[in-house]
This record gives sequence, C-alpha cells and structure tokens, in this order.
Amino acid sequence: MYEIVAFYLFSALTIGLFLVTVLSKNVLYAMTSLAAAMVLISGFFFILGADFLGVVQLIVYVGAIMALYAFAMMFFDATRDIKEKNTNPALVFLLGGLSALVLVLMFAAPIHSDAITALYPMTEGVGNAQDVGMVLFTKYLVPFEVAALMLLVAMIAGIILAGKKMDDSLTEDMEADDEIMIVKDKK
Amino acid sequence: MIGLSHYLIVSAIIFSIGLVGVLRRRNLLMLFFATEVMLNAVNIAFAAISHYYNDLTGQMFAFFIIAIAASEVAVGLGILIVLYKKHGSLDLDDLASMRG
Repeated sequence: MYEIVAFYLFSALTIGLFLVTVLSKNVLYAMTSLAAAMVLISGFFFILGADFLGVVQLIVYVGAIMALYAFAMMFFDATRDIKEKNTNPALVFLLGGLSALVLVLMFAAPIHSDAITALYPMTEGVGNAQDVGMVLFTKYLVPFEVAALMLLVAMIAGIILAGKKMDDSLTEDMEADDEIMIVKDKK
Repeated sequence: MIGLSHYLIVSAIIFSIGLVGVLRRRNLLMLFFATEVMLNAVNIAFAAISHYYNDLTGQMFAFFIIAIAASEVAVGLGILIVLYKKHGSLDLDDLASMRG
C-alpha cells in the first residue's frame, strides 16, 4: 500500500519537476527543480530496494553535480531570462515520432524476455550495499578502475579548462575594462 | 501492485521529457540539464529491471552511468566556461561559427 502511494507521488512530482526543468526560461528555476527531482529519483531507488544506488544518487548527483552546476552558474548571468528561437516544428515532430517508435519496441521487448535469467543474482540474507560491493569488486573490478581513471582525467580537464586565466576578466576584452577604469578615475 | 511496466512507463515519460528538452533548447546550459534528465530516466529503468529480475547487473550499470555523468559535467562545464569567456553567450545560434 505504502509502495503504491509512494510510487505515484514520486512519479507525479518527478515528472512535474522535470517539465519545469525543460520548459522554464530561468536557469535558476531549472537548476533548482532538477535538484529536487533528483532527490525524488533516489526515492524510487529506495522503493526498489537499491539502497546503495539511492545513497550514491543523493551524494553524487544532488551533492556533487548540482553543486558543480551552481558554481558554474556564477560565471554566467543567471538572473536574466533566456531568449530562445524555437526550432523547426516539422523536424521536432519527425524526431519525436522516430523516438516514439523506438519506445514501443522497447516496451515490446520485456514481453519476449521471460527466458531471462539473472547473471549476478542477489544473495539472500545479505544487505544491498554488501551485495553490490561483492559483485563490484569481483566481477566489475576492471570497469570500476577504468571509471576511476576516467574521473581523474575529467577532473584534470575541468581544472585546466575552467582554471586557465581565472584572474582575467570574463569578457576577455581588456581594453573595455581599461575604459571602465578610466571612466571611474574621471569621476 | 506496482509492476515492472509501471516503472518503465515512468522512465519512458521522463526520457521523452529530456528528449523534448534536447530538441527545443538552444541554450547550452539548458541542453546539459536535459541530458541529465535523460540519464536519470535510464537509471530508473535499470534499477527497476534489476529489482524485478532479481539481478545486480542493472544496478552496476546505473553506477557507471552516474560516474560517466559526473565526468561529463566536469568536462562540459569547463568547456562552457571557456565558450562563455570567448563569445559572451551560450546560445547555440551565436556559437555557429563554422557556417559554410
């Protein structure tokens, strides 16, 4: 009973918040609703018994990624509304139709998948975090290390891209800054 | 009772929302948000399939998707900051400098 209520509540709130994210003209509203929806998605994971995945979702997505977005938004003008030119509607309809076709095929697939057997079945009487750890550090050790290396490379790339000339003005137009300084001096 | 198809339908709806965002957004930061929406939709589907087939592989895939999303955001935001420094705008129409 609680599962049903929680599922419908979480799905309605998540879909609404993601709609705000996609349709809002304000970057700040979009980012806030995205963070809230990600918290609710971790609720889905807790319902599904994937406790460790839910905790990782909270720490990494809500804690790290959204904080990164919030810091990056300090570089951009977040208060101004975004003006966007809408794209060709015929193209959007064509691509939407194609993706709907793919979705129908995706839904049809589980009907034929009764013969699926679990590759790494969950162990009875063992907590989810322990179970995940056992599979992750035996069967998925190499992908895990590669992911760690990839995160290191991404961190170095982020530091180099964003940290270069951090002291300079964002407009990259030093003469304009000099003019502003001159005007200030005159006053 | 909530079945696998419930979760897959919710996941498909969220994925479609993200796809609409990718198609109609012209601002690069908003495009990144729409990508995050799509990645989260796939994570829900993986966790649901993992639960209903009693298999841990789906959760493993979701972990690696989260790791990829984190590194994508780190590199992507660095590139966004460089682009903003260079052009003063994040609109895709302003950034189209290779027009033939």
